[in-house]
Amino acid sequence: MTKSSNTEGFTRKIWKFFASVKLSVAILLSLAATSIIGTVIPQNGSAEVYIHQYGEVFFKLFNTLDFFDMYHSWWFRVLLCLLTINLIVCSIHRLTSTWKIIFPDHPSFDANRFQNAKNRQEWTSTSSPETLKAMYDPYIGKRFSISLTEKTKDGYLIFGEKGRWTRLGVYAVHLSIIFMITGGLIGSIFGFDGSVNIPEGQSTDTIFLQNDPTGKKLDFQIRCEDFDLSFYDSGMPKEYRSSLSIIKNGRTMAQKDIIVNDPLRFEGINIFQSSYGEMPSDRLTVTFTERESGLLYDVEAMIKKPIDMPGNSGKLIIEDFRTNFSYSGFNLGKTFICTMVPTGGEPETLLISVDHPRFDMMRQGDFIITISNIDFKYYTGLQVTKDPGVPAVYAGFLFMIIGCYITFFMFHQAVCIKLSTTGSGAQIELSGISGKNRPGMNAIILRMSNHLKRLSAA
Amino acid sequence: MTSSEIFSIITFVYGAAAILYMVAWVFKKPLPGTLATATLAAAALGNLAGILLRWVESHQMGIGRPPLTNLYESLIFFALTIAVIYLFVEFKYKIRILGAIAGPMPFLAMAYASLPKVNTAIQPLIPALKSNWLIAHVMTCFIGYAAFTIAFGISIMFLVKSSGDAPSSGAQPLRMAGRIPAFDILDDLTHQMVTFGFLFLSIGIITGAVWANQAWGRYWGWDPKETWSLVTWLIYATLLHARLMRGWRGKNIAVLSCVGFVAMLFTYFGVNLLPGLHSYQ
Repeated sequence: MTKSSNTEGFTRKIWKFFASVKLSVAILLSLAATSIIGTVIPQNGSAEVYIHQYGEVFFKLFNTLDFFDMYHSWWFRVLLCLLTINLIVCSIHRLTSTWKIIFPDHPSFDANRFQNAKNRQEWTSTSSPETLKAMYDPYIGKRFSISLTEKTKDGYLIFGEKGRWTRLGVYAVHLSIIFMITGGLIGSIFGFDGSVNIPEGQSTDTIFLQNDPTGKKLDFQIRCEDFDLSFYDSGMPKEYRSSLSIIKNGRTMAQKDIIVNDPLRFEGINIFQSSYGEMPSDRLTVTFTERESGLLYDVEAMIKKPIDMPGNSGKLIIEDFRTNFSYSGFNLGKTFICTMVPTGGEPETLLISVDHPRFDMMRQGDFIITISNIDFKYYTGLQVTKDPGVPAVYAGFLFMIIGCYITFFMFHQAVCIKLSTTGSGAQIELSGISGKNRPGMNAIILRMSNHLKRLSAA
Repeated sequence: MTSSEIFSIITFVYGAAAILYMVAWVFKKPLPGTLATATLAAAALGNLAGILLRWVESHQMGIGRPPLTNLYESLIFFALTIAVIYLFVEFKYKIRILGAIAGPMPFLAMAYASLPKVNTAIQPLIPALKSNWLIAHVMTCFIGYAAFTIAFGISIMFLVKSSGDAPSSGAQPLRMAGRIPAFDILDDLTHQMVTFGFLFLSIGIITGAVWANQAWGRYWGWDPKETWSLVTWLIYATLLHARLMRGWRGKNIAVLSCVGFVAMLFTYFGVNLLPGLHSYQ
């Protein structure tokens, strides 16, 4: 017996803990405070840069606390999880009591509830309560979804009520957050976010995901037919445009010119224009100038293929190309990154700038190396994403806007007109109550009293 | 007349309106008050005309884009939204005294816009901004910002009044504070402005998310501007929960509204100091 009531007490305690608005306030403020960290510390950078900036000790501390990828850290996820539980428990807890108010078994009116309303308006009329009742009844009936008239010993009570359902608005807002978090979760489990560079006239079916260099295969080919770049007169970029084709099983399934803000969508996968660049053609000419004699040796070369240097002095491999290479803060422009292996020596990395051919002279080697006869081709940089969580998130967006509007700008309201006989005419009292005592109710009562006065005067 | 010339004149008209509001407060006279409202309304109309003219000018230059794309234009639009929302509150609640603190705000925004470091040229749009979502996103965000700014002004009045009313030993009581509207009116107005701002900030963040999903394939990327707008949203969400559920009133709410405003300012200006897609050039 005692054991079962103990566990019951424990469950109730947990439920009470999660049903508290204090907890909501604490979670909301913690989320706000911790979110700032990620805007101050750059996210997902390289370890060297972090160590350089924060020093070894702080790097280790921040790294342990997941500050370098904090929005995906376990503790941030725990906060989001707590928020979700808090939201659900709070909503259920409150909805059980609100439900009876929203959907009562027998709607009833109680004149006493209007007794303390501060917005009461009182006036008198020469007409009898019966005449006034005949005039006011249809007015209240039209303005309020529920209305009721009661006979009292010296007159009438007319009740009107509407907007019970607006009490549900706040639950729509809470539900919207759950939709967004669920959508985010679906996206992070079943979706992906990758990128790929495709030179003009080429196609690929492999994209590269963030933090995963192995590549992901798509079940179709993306072909870049053409890439166009246009500038304003001022030199600012105006438009990046890629003509893409989607090829599946040898057949062209879709074709579109994409620009920023206008992606291509195919089978739930979205292809966005995100960057561009120039790529050298495979074949090029490497020129070795012997420093002492000034003799020139031209060698036809291909990227990634080792070539022999003159006089059997070693081998040179062109490894990679960068459109802009920064060397000690100086922009070398278009630059090839090469490895030179001298005969019987250690490999050495060389930077051969196309834009600054004299740069290699500073190396003080036996040969000055330049690279020429390069055909540059544009490549388009595409963002390739899939996010099946988007519909849930968008549904959340919709609920959020509608829910906020209902919660803030509509409310549950009830009015009571009390008609009582005084001498030859009638005494009229109008008052209203609203959920959470909205100040808007006072304005409504004031406007209504003016309208009712005009009605009975006419 | 060019739009830039209109904006420089409007800056002074806003300044005049601010001075008139303060004169009306200090001397408690109806005439400067009426003049202040008329001047502010005239400034707002001129402000709107200037924005429309700038739009026309961009078309004449062959660029053709809404004037809502850089710091200069955003400040000018910000001034207009503050003025219009304030005028609406003044009209609806018949409280002119708030003008003494809300009146200078459009002037400050315009004055900041006329600093030499703020680029005033009409420049064409970079590819990322060429979208129909631009107008909806920027307008809703700034309506939210303006509402929070007015809420902040009211909260400051509340705090001034509460420090003026406090029985301070020996200190000169703030005479002007006595003319500030009653606490519950200020408290209620703060709440009204915050709910209004909260709805529009929510729509602003949502339109931004939908746009981001269309342009970059992600609706949320923890970019500093996005994150700071969320921080602002969370602070105001806290305020609303504290008020509606925990019954917080008055001073606590006024302080939270000030904190929210600081976060909003950082979302607007501070983020330019951090790297990201939203920084104004």
